[in-house]
Amino acid sequence: MPISRRTRSVVNSRRKAAVVAGMMMGTLVMSGCGPAQSDNALTWYINPDAGGQAAIAQKCSEESGGRYTIETSLLPSDAASQREQLARRLAAGDSSLDIMSLDPPFIPELAEPGFLAPVPDDVAQSTTENVVEGALAGATWKDELVTVPFWANTQIMWYRKSVAEAAGLDMSKPVTWDQIMEAARTQDKSLGVQGAQAESMTVWVNALVESAGGSIIVDPEATADTIELGLDSDAGKAAADVISTIGKDGLGGAGLPTQDENGSLIAFQGDSGSFMVNYPFVWPATTAAVEAGTLDQAVLDDIGWGVFPRMSEDQESAPPLGGINLGVGAESDNPELAYEAVQCIVSVENQSEYFVTNGNPPSNTEAYEDPRIEESFPMAETIRDSLQVAAPRPQTPFYNEVSTGIQQTWAPPSAVDPENTPETSSNFITSVLRGEQLL
Amino acid sequence: MTSAIPAKTTTASSTEPGPRLSRDDKGTKTRKAPKQYSDRVRAERRLGWILAGPAFIIMLLVTLYPILQAIYESLFKFRLTAPGEREFIGLGNYAVILSDPVWWSGLWTTVFITVVTVLVELVLGFALALVMHKALKSVRGLLRTAILVPYGIITVVSAFAWFYAFDINSGYINSWFAWLPGIDENLNWFAQGGTALFVIMASEIWKTTPFISLLLLAGLAQVPDELTEAAKVDGATWWEQMRKVIIPNMKAAIMVAVLFRALDAFRIFDNVFIMTNGAYGTEVLSLLAYRQSISRLEIGLGSAVSVLLFLCVLLICFVAIKLFKVDLAGSQGGK
Repeated sequence: MPISRRTRSVVNSRRKAAVVAGMMMGTLVMSGCGPAQSDNALTWYINPDAGGQAAIAQKCSEESGGRYTIETSLLPSDAASQREQLARRLAAGDSSLDIMSLDPPFIPELAEPGFLAPVPDDVAQSTTENVVEGALAGATWKDELVTVPFWANTQIMWYRKSVAEAAGLDMSKPVTWDQIMEAARTQDKSLGVQGAQAESMTVWVNALVESAGGSIIVDPEATADTIELGLDSDAGKAAADVISTIGKDGLGGAGLPTQDENGSLIAFQGDSGSFMVNYPFVWPATTAAVEAGTLDQAVLDDIGWGVFPRMSEDQESAPPLGGINLGVGAESDNPELAYEAVQCIVSVENQSEYFVTNGNPPSNTEAYEDPRIEESFPMAETIRDSLQVAAPRPQTPFYNEVSTGIQQTWAPPSAVDPENTPETSSNFITSVLRGEQLL
Repeated sequence: MTSAIPAKTTTASSTEPGPRLSRDDKGTKTRKAPKQYSDRVRAERRLGWILAGPAFIIMLLVTLYPILQAIYESLFKFRLTAPGEREFIGLGNYAVILSDPVWWSGLWTTVFITVVTVLVELVLGFALALVMHKALKSVRGLLRTAILVPYGIITVVSAFAWFYAFDINSGYINSWFAWLPGIDENLNWFAQGGTALFVIMASEIWKTTPFISLLLLAGLAQVPDELTEAAKVDGATWWEQMRKVIIPNMKAAIMVAVLFRALDAFRIFDNVFIMTNGAYGTEVLSLLAYRQSISRLEIGLGSAVSVLLFLCVLLICFVAIKLFKVDLAGSQGGK
């Protein structure tokens, strides 16, 4: 089926004089690809994990009864490099991009030029039931589902019970940034936040701005020339105030200006650990360190968790949202088969299994009912609650510019000034988008 | 980077055999007056073209084509993810770049790194070359191998090694050197431009000094022993021999080494990309070009940055060859 279609398209696209050449090419394609890759082989470009996606690929291939086989192909480790590779391949019309693991913020950029195959209605219906709202928003572009939510990530607040107790904080209630900053100051400990000039900076800024009731971009669907930023606002200033105080008062420790999620975790496990905002991978990483004997059991016992800190006492926080969605390349030879495989991959059962084995939380709330989850992730309920209120990063085709612009103007935290940074950052990003400045 | 290594080694070895090259000097002179070609010279030249021609043509194909394509693309406003909105804007991209402080600060950082690393490498490389030159025959092989090891390491690998050594979480440098003023466990090397550039340049110097010392060793070998011996007999001190006899006689080798390293250093990418990714005042021009074309997929703007980078490199070549009279053909003495 795919070969005949490919041959036909070759014939159609060429003038009559080239028909012979086209047919020869078709024959070459047939003979060349036949034995090496079977017609129903699908390639799934995956982000690095602990082997969970490869296991799901194998399981779904077996369950399909030979209808398709999924082969995985590994993408680079950080989200920005994954995007670079996928965007280049998609722009070049690479037909091997059957299924792709996509970071939600980069989806509009790929959906806008039509690089993603449309999601069939029945697939859209069956894969979006019980999916948390944030993950659904991340899978959508211009009110249309363009990818399928797979797993959803969110940051929760991790804390050392001993420090919270010494600071006299009631951890049964949500806490505010002011409270944890004060606690770190009085207890002479470091807060675990990500101050590096990297994507994690945008994640932090976005969560603070959203928690204060604002948005980085006012009209995400606008074009590059007309886009309007919401950073220069009260919410933006409040966010800058938190980041600047942590930077200037040294509340994030000496490592803050270069600290990413891993760096925060290492510092949190050390003597200066107090409160940290970070993803759920913290738990398996810490338990593994205890099992390997590199960390004391006492540290693990001292760790507590709660939802992302609030900006003000009476307003619910908007924690960061991440995760992975599955997209199908527009040039894929087998989009129907690819979507069939996607349906299998995101099944409730696979999502639970993936959480238990790899620590990546399901986007489907039903998947949390698996009893094994509560066992390996005592904080599963907090994660699910956090996902329900989490806010995605700006959904815009120019996300890379917006994010890099924020990183360059909001890092290091000690250089952030609540009066100027939001405005400078806003102006900088706007002029980059208008093509008046380099990034 | 891997493809650059064999190329460098060939250039290094081509400057090495001194005496043979001096014989070619006559050939250079006859080239200026074509009538005097003997049959033998003509046959040799033909053979030269036959041997080098295919490589030359392939090089033209793989370098000239991308250069022309980049120049062409640089005249457009073109984003890879919006192919429909491609628009001819003439020199607009160049105007944006040259009026942007980001370009200029990147340029100064790059020039700073180039000047400092090349100078330090030249001094260190010369010292190493002297050691290799004077070393006893029995240890010479071992010594040369030891000195060459850093050069054999892939830049990305060495960049990671240096990064982790200085990193505030996993590094050991802070505790090893805590006795030095200004260094303690809370020093975050990559949090500000000065210290970050220090690590970047130290790593660059550590890795490429062997290359420069190899070129200089070839130059040292070219200095005839009779000259130094005569100077010794005349009662010249070590420093006088160095200044009056050895260095003037290896000027060509020094200039070639400086030129090659300067061109290389100007295009620095790997170390900065791995260690800071351009954060906190460590942005260099290659990284700026990368950010526009690869990260932003702004092919037009990125091509324009690359073309400007290319022009800078051409300028360095021009200055070196015309003003400092570097003879790339490798003639002796450089007089």
